Order: sequence, then C-alpha cells, then structure tokens
Amino acid sequence: MTGSICVFAEQWRGSISEATYEALALGREVADALGVQLTAILTGSNARELAQTLGAADLVVYVDHPLLAETLPQPTAEALAQVLQDRRPRAFIVPLTNVSLGVGTLLALRLGTAGINFCKDVRIAGGRLQAVCVMYGGKIEATVEAAGEPVVLGLWPGARPAEKGRSSRSPVVEEATVSLRDSPVLLRRYVEAEAGDVDLTKQDVLVAVGRGIQSKDNLGLAEDLAKSLGGAVAGSRPVIDQGWLPLSRQVGKSGLSVKPKLYVALGISGAPEHVEGMKDSALIVAVNSDPRAPIFNVAHYGIVADVLETIPVLTAAIEAKRAVARHA
Amino acid sequence: MGACSVTLETLPRFPEGKELLTCLQCGVCSGTCPYGDVMEYPPRRMIAMMRAGLQEKVYTSDSLLACVACYACQVKCPRGIRLTEALLPLMKEQALTHLPELPGELQKALQSTLRYGNPMGEPSRKRAAWVKTAGVPIRILAEDPRPADVLWFVECYTSFYPRGQDNSRATARLFHRLGIDFAILGNEEKCAGECGRLTWEPGLFETLMDYNMAIFQKYRFDRVVTSCPHAHNAFKNRYPALGFNWGLEHTTPFLAQHLDRLKPLLTRKLNYTVTYHDSCCLGRQNEFYEPPRRLLKAIPGLKTVEMVHNRGNSICCGGGGGGMWLDTYFKAKGYERLSERRVKEAVATGADVLAVSCPYEVSRFEDALKVVGYDKRIVVRDVTELLAEAMEE
Amino acid sequence: MRILVLMKMAPDVVEELEIAPGGTALDLDYVRMILSESDDHALEQALLLKERHGATVTALALDAPEVDDALFTALAKGADRAVKIAGLDAGFPTSQAARAMSQAIAQVPGLSPADLILTGVQAIDDLDGLIAPMVAHALDLPYLGIVTRLSLDASGRTALATKEYPGGVRGEFEVKLPAVLGIQAAEKPPRYVPVAKVRAAMKTQKIDSAPASLPADGGCAAAQVVEMKRNEPAGHAEMLDGDPESVSDKLCGILTGHGLL
Ligand SMILES: Cc1cc2nc3c(=O)[nH]c(=O)nc-3n(C[C@H](O)[C@H](O)[C@H](O)COP(=O)(O)OP(=O)(O)OC[C@H]3O[C@@H](n4cnc5c(N)ncnc54)[C@H](O)[C@@H]3O)c2cc1C
Ligand code: SF4
Ligand code: SF4
Repeated sequence: MTGSICVFAEQWRGSISEATYEALALGREVADALGVQLTAILTGSNARELAQTLGAADLVVYVDHPLLAETLPQPTAEALAQVLQDRRPRAFIVPLTNVSLGVGTLLALRLGTAGINFCKDVRIAGGRLQAVCVMYGGKIEATVEAAGEPVVLGLWPGARPAEKGRSSRSPVVEEATVSLRDSPVLLRRYVEAEAGDVDLTKQDVLVAVGRGIQSKDNLGLAEDLAKSLGGAVAGSRPVIDQGWLPLSRQVGKSGLSVKPKLYVALGISGAPEHVEGMKDSALIVAVNSDPRAPIFNVAHYGIVADVLETIPVLTAAIEAKRAVARHA
Repeated sequence: MGACSVTLETLPRFPEGKELLTCLQCGVCSGTCPYGDVMEYPPRRMIAMMRAGLQEKVYTSDSLLACVACYACQVKCPRGIRLTEALLPLMKEQALTHLPELPGELQKALQSTLRYGNPMGEPSRKRAAWVKTAGVPIRILAEDPRPADVLWFVECYTSFYPRGQDNSRATARLFHRLGIDFAILGNEEKCAGECGRLTWEPGLFETLMDYNMAIFQKYRFDRVVTSCPHAHNAFKNRYPALGFNWGLEHTTPFLAQHLDRLKPLLTRKLNYTVTYHDSCCLGRQNEFYEPPRRLLKAIPGLKTVEMVHNRGNSICCGGGGGGMWLDTYFKAKGYERLSERRVKEAVATGADVLAVSCPYEVSRFEDALKVVGYDKRIVVRDVTELLAEAMEE
Repeated sequence: MRILVLMKMAPDVVEELEIAPGGTALDLDYVRMILSESDDHALEQALLLKERHGATVTALALDAPEVDDALFTALAKGADRAVKIAGLDAGFPTSQAARAMSQAIAQVPGLSPADLILTGVQAIDDLDGLIAPMVAHALDLPYLGIVTRLSLDASGRTALATKEYPGGVRGEFEVKLPAVLGIQAAEKPPRYVPVAKVRAAMKTQKIDSAPASLPADGGCAAAQVVEMKRNEPAGHAEMLDGDPESVSDKLCGILTGHGLL
C-alpha cells in the first residue's frame, strides 16, 4: 500500500458504485505508468464479499466496523486515516459523489496532507502527479500539483469508462481493524424516490423535445431514449402548451433552469427563452432537420436529421452498448 | 425616495392615493381591461375595496399580478385617474411585500436586472458585443467621450436577444446613412428600469435610475434616443425628478422626423402587405400613432392594412407590467396569452408582415405564431428592420 | 437556538472570467464576485428555521468584493446579525477561508456557542476541499453534507437532516447538535427581498467587522495551480454526419467517453 495509488471503494446499499470502477480505471493507468501497485480500501459492515468485485486493484484492504455500514463522512475518514497512517500511498482517490462527499476533505485534514477537489484526470509530469481539475462550473480547467504526498484527489464521475475498471480477477484481500468513537450522525432510514412526477432539476440526463417531434404520439420515442439513458423527458414550451407534457417538464425562461450532465434537444429550434434554461448543461446534443437552427450554436454535438428517424436508431444503439457493458 | 415611502397606511394621503376618491365607480376600466374578466378584483372593484379599507385583501389577491400595464383603463377613465401610471404600480408595490412567494420567473428577472442590468441574466460585459456585427461604425462613449448629438440608449432586448440585435443593426445602419452624430454607452448601459417600477419593484427602479443618471452625467450629448418604448416611458415620466433634462425620442418617431432625408434612401421595393401593431407605451401612452405608419408608407411597394383593433384600441402583447416574466404563472391560472389573441388578428388581415416598434413584441409575437401554428403565414419585423431592408447599400 | 450561516463569495461565472498574467489564477481585478449559490440556500434554510423555531441567525462572511451587498441582503431578509472577517489576502484558498471562519467562531464575541452552523455544500472554487467538513474538523463538531431538508426536535438538541442520494433516494439522519451542515438546497428557493429593504438595511443596520487571525505558516500543505486555462465555448456544435446508424455509433462513442453509458 505504501507508495501505491489507492482508490476509495465506495459501497452504497449493498453494491459498489459505478464511480468507483471509473476511479479504478484511472487509478490503474496511473499506477501502471508509475510502476506501482493499485490498491483499494473498502469500508463496510459485513461487506467483505464486495471486495471480490474490485479485481482491477492488486490489493484490497477491507475495513469492517458497525459504524461503517453507511459512508458517514467522519467515521469513514477516521477509519481510512488509521489504515493509511503508516503505509502512505502516493495518491488516494475518492469519487466525488453524494455518497462520499466530504470524506476526501476530512481525510486530507486528518493526514495533514493536501486535498485536490474537482479532478477529471491525473497526469504524471517529471515523476510528479498532476491533477487536471474542472473549476468554476466548467468554465476553467486547472492543472494542479500538491506540495506533498499523499495527495487526496476528489474525482468527478466520468473520468474513465466504468467497464475499464471492472475485472474478473480476484484481488488479494487483507483485513484491517480500526477503533472508532461513537458517531453523532446516524442514519435513521432511507426514503425511496417518490412515485409521481420527476424533478427535472435533479436528473443527470434529460431528453428534451420540441415542436419538431410533431405529435403527442411520437413522445414515446423520446421516452424510450430517455429510459435507455437513465433520464427523463423534458420539453420546450410549445410542447407543454399543447398539453403533451405537464408544466413541470418545461425548460426555459419561464420554466425550469436545468444543468444535467447530458441534455439531448430533439426538434428544438433554440429560441433564447429555451436556451436560457439549459445552456449550462455539461454536454448538449441537438438533433434538428434545419442546419441553421440556433440550437447548434449552444450544442456541443449536432446532428442534422429527422428526429423521427434518428431517435429509434439511437435508442437501439445505446441499448446494444449497455447490453455489452452488462455482460462484460 | 419618492414612491418608496408610500405605505399601506399612508397611501390615501398621497396624490395618487387621493385619486381613489374621485373614482365614479363607472366600471369602464374593468370593461376595457384585457384581463378584467379573469381578475378576482378588476380595477373598479379594487378601488372600491381600497376605499372601504379592504387594502389587505387587494394586496394579497393575485389580481394585481394580472395587470400588464397596458394603459387601456387609464385612457378610458372619465375622471382621468392615472391608473396605469401611478395608482396601480403603487398598489402592486404593496402586493410585492404581501405575497407569500414571488413567481420564480419574475424573481429571477428582477435579480438579474439588479445584478447584470438586464432581465435575461446575460453578462453585463457583453452588452455591446453585438456592435461588432453592425457593419457600420458605432461610437462607444467610454472609449471616445467626445460630445455627441444623440445618445442612443439601446436597451436590453435590443442588446442581447438575437432578433432584437437585428433591430439594433438596422437602427445603426439608418443612423449612419442619415449622418446622425450618435454614440452609445456600451457596457456601461443598464436597463432603464421601467419594468422594474411597473413590476412592483420601486427599489430596483430607483437603483437603476441612480446608476444610469450618474453615467449620463459623465458625458455630453443633446438628446437621448432609445429603441425601447419602456425606457422612453421611464425617461419621460420618472427620470426628470432626478434631473433628466435632455431631449428624448423613441427611434421610430425620431426616424419619422428625418423622413425627408430618409425617403430618397429607400430605393428597394418591398412588395409586402404590412399590418402595424401599436405598442401600449408608444401608442396609448404617447399617441405616436402616425409616425410609424408614415415610415412604412414611405417604403416603395409596401402596402399597409389595419387590424380590427388599432391605434388607441390596440390589443396589448401581454408583456408589460411584468407579464414578460409571468408566462407560466398566467398559464397555470388559465389566462389567455394576449400575444396569441393579437397575432390571430394580424393573420386575419391577410398581411405577410406584422410590423412592431417595441423590442418585446418580436419575441412575444414570433412565439405566439408558433403556438397558434401560423408561423408560416406571417413574419414579425421591427419598423427599423423594414426601413433598413428598403435601403440599398 | 443560535444559528450561524457561513457565507463565501465566489467568482460570478455569468460574467466572463479572465486569467491573470502568469497563467495560474483568475484575474481578481476583473472577475465579479457573487454569494456562492448553495450558501444562499444555507441562509434561506436558517431563516426558515428561525421562522419555525424562533432562532437568531448570524451571517458570517469573509471580506471580498461585493460581500457587503450580500450581508446587507441577508440582514434585509431577516438575519439578526452580520459579521465580516477582514484582512485575508485576495484569492485565498478554501482551507484558509475555513481556518479564518473557525477562528472567528471561537474568538468573535457572540458567535459561539452556536447550536447549528450551516453553509453551502460546495462552492465552484473549492479546489482544496469543502468549508463545512473543514470547519467541523477544526471545531470538533459533527458534520453532514448535501442536506436538503432540516427540522429540529423539541429539545433543540437533535436535528433531523435529509441528505440526497442518487436516483431520488433520500437518507434521513439524526444529527446531535451543535453540528456543521452543508446545505445543498433549502426547502424553498431563496426568498426575494425588495431592493428598497436592502437599501434600508444599509442605512439602519451595520456589519460587524473582525480581523482574521491565522497561524503564520498558513496551515497545512496546499495544492498549487501550475496552469489555468479557459474552457472556451466552441460557438458552434461539432456536427456528426452520416446515416442514422453511423451517427448513432459516433454519438454512443462520445457518450461513453463522457461516462454517460
Ligand atoms: C415570455 C416568453 C417566455 C417563454 N418561455 C419559454 C420557456 O420557458 N421555454 C421554452 O422552451 N420556450 C419559451 N418561450 C417560447 C420560445 O420563444 C419559443 O417559441 C419556443 O422555445 C420554441 O419551441 P420549439 O423549439 O419547440 O419550436 P420551434 O421554434 O418551432 O422549433 C422546432 C424545431 O424543430 C425542427 N424540426 C421540425 N421538424 C423536425 C424533424 N422532423 N426532425 C428534426 N427537427 C425538426 C425545426 O427545424 C425547428 O428548429 C417563451 C416565449 C416568451 C415570449
Ligand atoms: S393597465 Fe391594462 S391590464 Fe392593467 S388594469 Fe389597466 S387595463 Fe387592466
Ligand atoms: S374608469 Fe375611472 S372612474 Fe370609472 S371605475 Fe375605473 S377608475 Fe373609476
């Protein structure tokens, strides 16, 4: 573990998160380039078997404690600090997700080392680790070096494909014990997502339809695409006006402002009132039959095509890709 | 602080409040109000309730939100009560502090106007970005502060909204060809704030007035010409209290004054049939009914037709008084969108162009045409755009 | 009940950002600062609790351009006191902000003991870590982040905090007070305060000022920016050409590259 690249294996409700595999994929690259081990630390309570899914790592340290059943930031950071105290890795990567938020900051403080947040990539320059960070809401990219090691890196999801971080190999698993004081923060229960209408502002993926979808009957195409991407369907105002979608799905000046990771605009012209509500999305893909539609001025990728022809083919391609990933 | 110190209790002591007492309760205002039938308390009722001490009820109802400041009631009132200009804004101001929650779209517009000087929340430092695309030289006073005859106050929609920029480019070309000595404030300009006032936010309005007056005083010019009827309204009626004493024009009537010199430049034939929409601020409020029509008729080949409701009876586009930022709010209440009512009338004339001279209207009518499915039948153009098109290089 | 709200100004990304000569930091003479979005939610949550439980709310901020506007706005919205920590160098990292805040909480009269310390979950410039866990660590208090709902029990000694998880799942946590919570979103969007009220607050209320007291060495090892560059918006989409099948394939590749598949 000393001198390794180490990844925090994030488990939530009985399984390892996608973001963990992405972190392992990146960690593997960096470890191989440096010629060091890739290690992982898994915390939990009676969750040892999850370590078997972390074969991308050379070594997994599993830490068991009743207080680690959930990723409570303070007990988790304390446990990690105890494990790392006298076998310090060069870098410790924590996925930046809702599950682990705060763990990286606390761990860096506890180890008296540097924390670097918002990383999307890690490079090696002259033997030193450099983090590439996305700051200021995506407006700025910064290359950051830590004054010393270990460095605790908070990694945005999406740094590498998760499938590259999965492996059928069995890793070496070691157990470590820690002693933790009582936690003043305790989980009482989980409340499942309410059925009923979705909150657009909380979706990672939105498939938005405009007048180009032509009729309510075609909405099912958009719904299928949204489902394949794990997102929800939104609309421009005329679509909502016609009653094809409820008011809670309107994006724009007089609707909701959204910032999903992916916004797919289907048959939307890109009127300023619409753009006002979606321009800050991380990735925008537009499909429109008019090559001069203003939506192409805000989109990152554009396709000039009939949406009715494109959507089903795209949905099928995504489904196929997903199926491959599932069997890998 | 003027209007700001008027409160619920003190309202009847102010001149505007006193006007309440002269009301005949004839109901003409309620009858002309485009939203009179959906308001819980139309104007006449509101006045009766204010007189009966039921202020609280008026302020907490959403009737005041439905007022789109169209001046229809004011011009019809037999007692000359300044409903739109004075009384209703004062009451709306109270509504702002009495409402449990401000509709999100309006809140965002007010906050953006305060912070960035425009309701869209566009970067204040890109206000003059369109200038590079104008095709003619435009002097920005911060860069070249020599005195100018005309200070052209461009305003927000005309600076940021793509179709509004078409209007600005056309205006710049017209000014240039007419040899007008003009300059703009560029990124130093902020919204004149009229909608702030008519949207119940006097504090915002005063902040913007103070700001713009301070900028005006930095430079020397003879008159302000603005593309926005709302800004024109503010400069005419509110800014003088702070010392605004320059000449003032809106671009359309200003261009009409130069018609003798403009006409020979209009050499390209435009075989369009055009119907002109009188905006509330230019029309009912200032009675500029003929200048835009004179300009249109000066374009060779162009024919004009009138809608059923024209001049003083024009139907409001629904964007004033904050209507521009209450679209979903109105929709949720089931109010008809006035812009849709208006474009149906325009289409009924058989015209191929709906001409306007307020920058809000391009956005509202182009959108309304899409919603009612007439966007292939008629196009919306600002009068300046048509003039510039008729002017061959 | 005493609630402290920690507020930090962050660069306003609506306006253009410029990189300073040297290429390793923002040009601070050029950027405009605005209250970090989630700090505004933390303030709103505090005001909602005040309305429900009769607390006093103190807004604590670090000096930065336009911070007075943010603090007077907080007062106009209903905060009882505003305190500004002065004397930090411009462009301070988050770790230093957290240290200055923790020091102020311990030293400025009337700030401690607080029952609840609320701040935004994360700011767009939190390059070296988050304020809430840093302050919790410094003051040895419990911490929880991504809180979107908050209620207090009758005794005022425990809070019930709702944290958001993926897929709309929420976790309900019991938190012993005093504690530091990172607020993602208040139960209601931050309220509108009429500008006239803010102007009135500027005339009738005041902001207390306290000097920052930091350890001379500046604290623990920091992260160092070696290069900064702007992610320029392309201005036009990259167009994907071909028949539906090949376009779909290209797009799938792009989505995979972004970790979306
Ligand atoms: C005050 C106000 C507030 C507003 N608020 C909002 C708001 O919050 N949200 C909002 O969205 N709008 C809002 N609008 C409306 C806005 O102005 C536009 O009218 C609206 O966004 C247009 O929606 P659209 O892009 O779906 O329709 P259109 O502009 O008609 O665009 C349809 C597009 O589909 C394309 N198309 C047609 N057929 C096909 C096909 N077979 N395949 C592919 N492409 C095709 C066309 O080329 C065109 O670009 C507001 C307007 C006003 C005045
Ligand atoms: S100004 Fe227009 S909308 Fe307002 S009350 Fe008068 S008639 Fe009605
Ligand atoms: S039109 Fe004038 S006089 Fe008649 S009810 Fe309305 S305000 Fe009163």
